[in-house]
Amino acid sequence: MEKVLTRYIQPDGVPLDARAYEQAGGYQSVPKALKMAPKEVTEIVKQSNLRGRGGAGFPTGMKWTFVPTGPNAPHPKYLCANADEMEPGTFKDRLLLESAPHQLIEGMIVAAYAIEADVAYIFVRGEYVLAIERLQKAVAEAYNAGYLGQNILGSGFSLQMYVHASGGRYMCGEETGLLNALEGKRANPRTKPPFPQVSGLFGKPTIVQNVETLSNLPHILNHGPEWFKGLSKSEDAGTKLYGVSGKVKRPGLWELPMGTTIRELLEEHAGGMQEGLAFRGVLPGGASTDFLTAQHLDVKMDFGGVQKAGSRLGTGTMIVLDDRTCPVGMVRNLEHFFAQESCGWCTPCWSGLSWAEQILTSIEEGRGRPEDLEELEFICKFCAPGNTFCALAPGAVEPLQSALKYFREDFERHILAQHCPWRTH
Amino acid sequence: MTKIFVDGKAYEVKADQSLLQACLSLGLNLPYFCWHPALGSVGACRQCAVKQFRDEKDTRGRLVMSCMTPAADGTRISIEDAEAAAFRKGIIEGLMLNHPHDCPVCDEGGECHLQDMTVMTGHDYRRTRFPKRTFHNQYLGPLINHEMNRCIQCYRCVRYYREYAGGHDFDAFSSRSQVYFGRYQDGVLENEFAGNLVEICPTGVFTDKTLKRHYTRKWDLQFGPSVCVHCGLGCNISAGERYGTLRRIVNRYNGEVNGYFLCDRGRFGYEFVNSAERLKQPLQRQDGKLQPISKARALEALAGLLADPKKVIGIGSPRASLEANYALRALVGADRFYTGLSASAARLTAVALEMLRRGPARTPSLGEIERADAVLILGEDVTNVAPRMALALRQSVRQQPMRKADQLKIPRWLDHPVRELAQDQKGPLYIATPAATRLDDVATETYRAAPDKIARLGYAVAHALDAGAPDVAGLSEAERSLAARIAEALKSAERPLVVSGPSLNSEAILQAAANVARALSAAGRAPSLSLTAPECNTLGVTMIGGGSLADAFQAVKSGSADTVIILENDLYRRASARAVDEFFSSARHIVLLDSVTTPTVQKAELVLPAATFAESDGTLVSSEGRAQRFFEVYPPVGEIQSSWRWLRDIMMAAGRREAAAWQDLDAVVASVSDGIPALAAVAQAAPSASFRLAGAKIPREPHRYSGRTAMLANINVSEPKPPEDSDSSLAFSMEGVFAQPPASLIPFFWSPGWNSIQSVNKFQEEIAGPLRGGDPGVRLLEPSAAEPRAYFTPASEPTSGSAGEWLLVPLYHIFGSEELSRLAPGIAELSPQPYVALNPEDANALGVQEETSVTLSLESVSRTLPVKLMPGLARGLAGLPAGILPIEGSGLPAWSRISRA
Amino acid sequence: MLSPEERHEIEEELERYPTKRAVSIDALRIVQRRRGWVSDEALRDVAELLEVSVDEMDSVATFYNLIFRKPVGRHVIMVCDSVSCWIMGYDRIREHLTKRLGIQLGETTPDGRFTLLPIVCLGTCDHAPAMMVDQHLHRDLSPEKIDGILAEYP
Ligand SMILES: Cc1cc2nc3c(=O)[nH]c(=O)nc-3n(C[C@H](O)[C@H](O)[C@H](O)COP(=O)(O)O)c2cc1C
Ligand code: SF4
Ligand code: FES
Repeated sequence: MEKVLTRYIQPDGVPLDARAYEQAGGYQSVPKALKMAPKEVTEIVKQSNLRGRGGAGFPTGMKWTFVPTGPNAPHPKYLCANADEMEPGTFKDRLLLESAPHQLIEGMIVAAYAIEADVAYIFVRGEYVLAIERLQKAVAEAYNAGYLGQNILGSGFSLQMYVHASGGRYMCGEETGLLNALEGKRANPRTKPPFPQVSGLFGKPTIVQNVETLSNLPHILNHGPEWFKGLSKSEDAGTKLYGVSGKVKRPGLWELPMGTTIRELLEEHAGGMQEGLAFRGVLPGGASTDFLTAQHLDVKMDFGGVQKAGSRLGTGTMIVLDDRTCPVGMVRNLEHFFAQESCGWCTPCWSGLSWAEQILTSIEEGRGRPEDLEELEFICKFCAPGNTFCALAPGAVEPLQSALKYFREDFERHILAQHCPWRTH
Repeated sequence: MTKIFVDGKAYEVKADQSLLQACLSLGLNLPYFCWHPALGSVGACRQCAVKQFRDEKDTRGRLVMSCMTPAADGTRISIEDAEAAAFRKGIIEGLMLNHPHDCPVCDEGGECHLQDMTVMTGHDYRRTRFPKRTFHNQYLGPLINHEMNRCIQCYRCVRYYREYAGGHDFDAFSSRSQVYFGRYQDGVLENEFAGNLVEICPTGVFTDKTLKRHYTRKWDLQFGPSVCVHCGLGCNISAGERYGTLRRIVNRYNGEVNGYFLCDRGRFGYEFVNSAERLKQPLQRQDGKLQPISKARALEALAGLLADPKKVIGIGSPRASLEANYALRALVGADRFYTGLSASAARLTAVALEMLRRGPARTPSLGEIERADAVLILGEDVTNVAPRMALALRQSVRQQPMRKADQLKIPRWLDHPVRELAQDQKGPLYIATPAATRLDDVATETYRAAPDKIARLGYAVAHALDAGAPDVAGLSEAERSLAARIAEALKSAERPLVVSGPSLNSEAILQAAANVARALSAAGRAPSLSLTAPECNTLGVTMIGGGSLADAFQAVKSGSADTVIILENDLYRRASARAVDEFFSSARHIVLLDSVTTPTVQKAELVLPAATFAESDGTLVSSEGRAQRFFEVYPPVGEIQSSWRWLRDIMMAAGRREAAAWQDLDAVVASVSDGIPALAAVAQAAPSASFRLAGAKIPREPHRYSGRTAMLANINVSEPKPPEDSDSSLAFSMEGVFAQPPASLIPFFWSPGWNSIQSVNKFQEEIAGPLRGGDPGVRLLEPSAAEPRAYFTPASEPTSGSAGEWLLVPLYHIFGSEELSRLAPGIAELSPQPYVALNPEDANALGVQEETSVTLSLESVSRTLPVKLMPGLARGLAGLPAGILPIEGSGLPAWSRISRA
Repeated sequence: MLSPEERHEIEEELERYPTKRAVSIDALRIVQRRRGWVSDEALRDVAELLEVSVDEMDSVATFYNLIFRKPVGRHVIMVCDSVSCWIMGYDRIREHLTKRLGIQLGETTPDGRFTLLPIVCLGTCDHAPAMMVDQHLHRDLSPEKIDGILAEYP
């Protein structure tokens, strides 16, 4: 298969410097884009069918069209690369940040040009120390090489780019929480509408885009939308970084055509379950997606396919549940995370998730009661999309609601036995 | 108007509001927490969820937050929908996971929005069985109590305190289910409007600490619709009493005046009513000491004093009602009545009044001030002089930035998007004062200078607006361009406002403000001019008319009078001790009517205990020119009675039969309105005592008022008859119908299911709009249509002292500068000690530091005070706290030498 | 007092944002990098430099995970407790660490050498379990491996 996103990645993971990156074919999309009108760039991206890789899958080119452009548009406009990657079980952007920083910068220049942005921030989670170092170095190199700063390549287009290290909170990954974090505020989400494209960072038009999404842009510009669509095995264009973690033989991350099936990922790439363990289920796209089970193994990992199966492609990095791991314990672990990461803004989320965590802990510790399951179901409905302010809580209850559906007996066994069947003591 | 459908019924509602606001305006019950009419919508609590349907055919619908959804034409929603109702019930369950359920010991109990909403949603059983989180509470000062465990994380407090009131020492800490609302460290809340947290908080986290010391449940309080007496703005208050003591003040909504908020002086200053300084009995000086005497003896003595009416003068008061002042005037005769204002205050108020009558500028209500879109403040430290106006001005600076939101079609009630779009953009607001003010943080530019220079800047602004306005010479380049910028900002605004007043005792400043207003009008704008008034009835007593205190002094000095009746006035606050002492020693008889002990009491021969606002009725004219009636909260005890009643009794004792007509308030009001043409409209300030609501009087007590038959059982086991109130249509009782009284007669806000103050929703024509039937009060001042007066001409030179002299200017303090509120312990605790303020660089030049004792020499007195360094003070000025130190010489500003003590 | 270097670094950040407030988080991180944590005094100094109140600064500081408002040891161990690491044996790792260090999560060893904290998913789930010690990521952990790692941090 043709490598796209991982094309420039060296076996040792050390990124190419600007010069080497150029020699390997990098930065070609910049002069190409600068020769076009910004609208044309957007048009190409629209035609490519690129959809956001940050979890929601919104069509990228279309998102850009909401940004006011032209002489009357407010300035400065902003572009933010969302490199927060705090979704448990997700480890795809780290690879691109650490090993192909110039590819991200190149993609950002293209995106910034298309929306006529003046300033770009790379919002990286604070724990990604190596990524931050390498990004800072790469940005400095890009300035030196004339790809950033004033009047880029004599085009009249100017772009400043800065790396921002996060203070750490899952909510910083939510696009409007990210904007508040960049403004030095608590990362509570913002009201939409107005969308950030109209009033975003510092009240100005802003686009927030995932690292993987942005990293695709140079290639789309270089090879065209049709080529990009052709990379995929499904209706969603391009390739995708897919990951597998959990008790499989070879956990890992692979760039594969969009639409690769769960089975192929699990069995061929991850080498199947570890010896003696059986597959029970999988969170296909990170912690905030619904469980799928053995009946879904042939589901294609693209936006539509996973959705039809009752879950979401999310980040495309899956977490595998085996038969020696307690599903209640796993869900408890997840809800602990979400309850802790709730920003505390809206009631269903801050109250519902902490309540869910308490119930799950008590079930797991042998203090469950039959009515607990009803209460958990109540919380799932309570935190449903639309009921909460942002998508954190609805995402948070996805694994819970599906676990209650697929692993209900396991919950009941805990309550009946007043202890966790997976615990030996 | 747009049409919306709620549960299948069509309603016409005002466009441009949220569904929540529309539903509440329709009188529908829809629970909410994070939304507040003054704060707008943020969608945090999710309590206001309703089902929205796409069209008639849509039967499934989806949940939306009514506070976040516009009431667009054709919107179809259901409040009753089972799923929506279940969700709302769930929200309460969520909110209450950590709530201590301590209603029986909570000060909010019985008037708690959380209780109301809990009942409204039907949540009644807490399913969770897990431990609740516990927080430490903070010390927030003498006025506000903190009990964080009751918090439901609705964010109202922090939004109000930081975003609305502009405070910086309060915030939300931590995250998830552990968000903590408080200060970084224990300490007094700095914001002057912190007390509103008590009403903003929908549960018992922030409660009134002064109430706590004499706690009574809302349902056990007897209320009176009243008007704040602690500054000239006339905020409407609802005062509550039990067992003969005043227990607390809460906001009484008036859409055009105070809206939803009060300042802390107004909310907590009431404790003077209960203070040990209260005068409770008639006193007569015997052997040099004041001794209690009976009312009869007092009147008898007075009749004797009044034997020769030609020798009697009356000194009225800007803190006494129109009725009391008028009664005194009737007693002594119009030509022997003095307003009780100092010479300079009298002159300035007269000038101000003339300006507002002549126009072209119109005196705006506080509501209009809030909507002003460009403001120039000349000489007033608004926060400390007319506090509630500062809160209004703080909102006014958002007017222009909000237009950006209009362009993007972001509704103004969508609070956060509007703020995010505007970012830190504020204004225009220009402030010219001698020292820094608490509004500087939202000012476009500030100008720090001596009063004369402030006036000159004003003249220059007027000239920049209209070349026909006289110019001033000798301005610096910087001052000139500042004046040009101010003129430009005012001129390009739709609703420009000039704020000024008498605080610096400068006629020039007032004239400059008038010139700016006049020039704006010449430039085709409709300007507003708001002039502060120092006391609650300064304007009223001035409208009654009469000489100043200096004239009264002269009358006694010249021998044309020897007997003085003083009404609710401490003359030592209005003239130098020397002048007042001289006055008192040359007068033969001094009679004083007052409610509290003051230095003047010590000079009186006869003292009559007057009722405070809480025990009397009357009318006050605010700085807006709005006459508003306040009503007794409870009958005065013992010998205390309203000043006008004392004056009537005196007249009767002196054989003046015409006073016999004054049997009740209406009769006095009628006399005022007949006697003073300018006050003809005051009778309309509130309905007369004959008004009946569905045939009955309006109860001052909630219908659950408890213990009426038992509360006085220690005195008498038989239930006493409730006192009669002949002065108003309010009853000292809980009996009466539940119906909405006229706006000026609402003792307290309550409605079935709405026990908290948020029940005001049920009393408004539309949410955040006027009370039904129109907001209380009647405006007495409208600019005349006649040709406006000519421009004032500035003095050619600013005044200057001789070498080595400092110009002493008064610096005002919300806590401390006002006479009555200082007697409230909580306010007293926050009042500053005497000081002399210097700019640090001036102090440096003088070789003094913070706390160094320095001596001021003024006229013939000298005074030693500690230095307070004040970086915002203009160079060459020295500031003295107003109302805290006795007045020196002929008052401030004054030139003085300063030397190390 | 902020050191000249801290001040300089913060001022550099100021050039990257249109408002001073926006630098809050960067500034707190700058201070913390040098001092290990953000003391009340440091918080006040940063607030003053950025012209926001200390209350506003603390509101931000207490929201974020990686800003420490309490003193920490010379080395901070952040052990991932999220789902993939949990599946791959987080409980064992945590037990081993708490036993070896003699402290619970959230505590600092009496000698001030280590502070042990939980952290959310470190984004290295294919090499779970994982932890960070100071700036370094350690992956595919086992109790035996941990002993060796700890020895690297005197
Ligand atoms: C709680 C939460 C956390 C999120 N975290 C991330 C993240 O770490 N990285 C990311 O790219 N998107 C994240 N998202 C999605 C973003 O909100 C946003 O949709 C995305 O950055 C848009 O980029 P894309 O269109 O390129 O996918 C998160 C969303 C939510 C609700
Ligand atoms: S769902 Fe609500 S509380 Fe949760 S993170 Fe989003 S806004 Fe915050
Ligand atoms: S009132 Fe609507 S969400 Fe709080």
